[in-house]
Amino acid sequence: MMPASAIFFYVIAAIILITAVLSVTSRKIFRSAIWLLFSLIGISGIYFWLDMNFLAAVQIIVYVGGIVVLIIFSVFLTQGSGQSLPYPSIGSMFFAALVCSVGLGFSIWSIAKYGYHDTANVVSSPGMKELGKQMLSVEQGGYALPFEAVSILLLAAMIASIVIALKKSA
Amino acid sequence: MNERMSHIPLQHILIFSTALFFIGMFGMFTRKNLITLLMSVELMLNSVNINLVAFNKYLFPQQTGGIFLALFTIIIAAAEAAIAIAIFIYLYRTHHSIHVDDASEMKN
Repeated sequence: MMPASAIFFYVIAAIILITAVLSVTSRKIFRSAIWLLFSLIGISGIYFWLDMNFLAAVQIIVYVGGIVVLIIFSVFLTQGSGQSLPYPSIGSMFFAALVCSVGLGFSIWSIAKYGYHDTANVVSSPGMKELGKQMLSVEQGGYALPFEAVSILLLAAMIASIVIALKKSA
Repeated sequence: MNERMSHIPLQHILIFSTALFFIGMFGMFTRKNLITLLMSVELMLNSVNINLVAFNKYLFPQQTGGIFLALFTIIIAAAEAAIAIAIFIYLYRTHHSIHVDDASEMKN
């Protein structure tokens, strides 16, 4: 008999995979975005299950609150929600399914073949306080430099997207 | 590694995230609309993040490298999505379409 938490993992994984499949096969682009939203919420559930509370919160804030909203806005600006996408040709669908199943089978085979040695010691996950301290620490093992680099990257991306979107069409 | 996770081996999480990655790849192959392509890319990035966090949690529970790598991946994915959508909107203004085959000026 599996404990409830193990069943919880399999249920969440199944929900994520089903909504992801619906998201890449749905013919309505707006529905596709909503299925993606459910998939991303499920992934934050996986992070909660893994005891990574900070990462789960970041996942909800950035993906669900930011990227999906951005995608939905761009759907409204460029498509309108009503029209359906055309079906891909049977040949390309078959080719894609073949390539993906071969890749999936090979990856699962190599994962199953490789013996992972899980550490048995019980260590609780680092809390938010330790993560925050480590993120801004300049000592050995601190992440202050990548943090600053990534802030400059975000600033540059913001300026670049404003410049691209403001450009007058020739 | 706590009580709750000891019932699920690491392999199951890896197989799950691999399946998610190949679902995103299927979307990359079959979709022709740029916004749906971006959605597939997001799915693939998320599956990689699950991998990083699971490795951190199961194999090196006293370190935090996987968490931070996943965090920086999320930030870079956000920057990538912002730029991609700015480019889509500019393309829509000039071509009145964001279909992949309509943006072919740089071919030949």
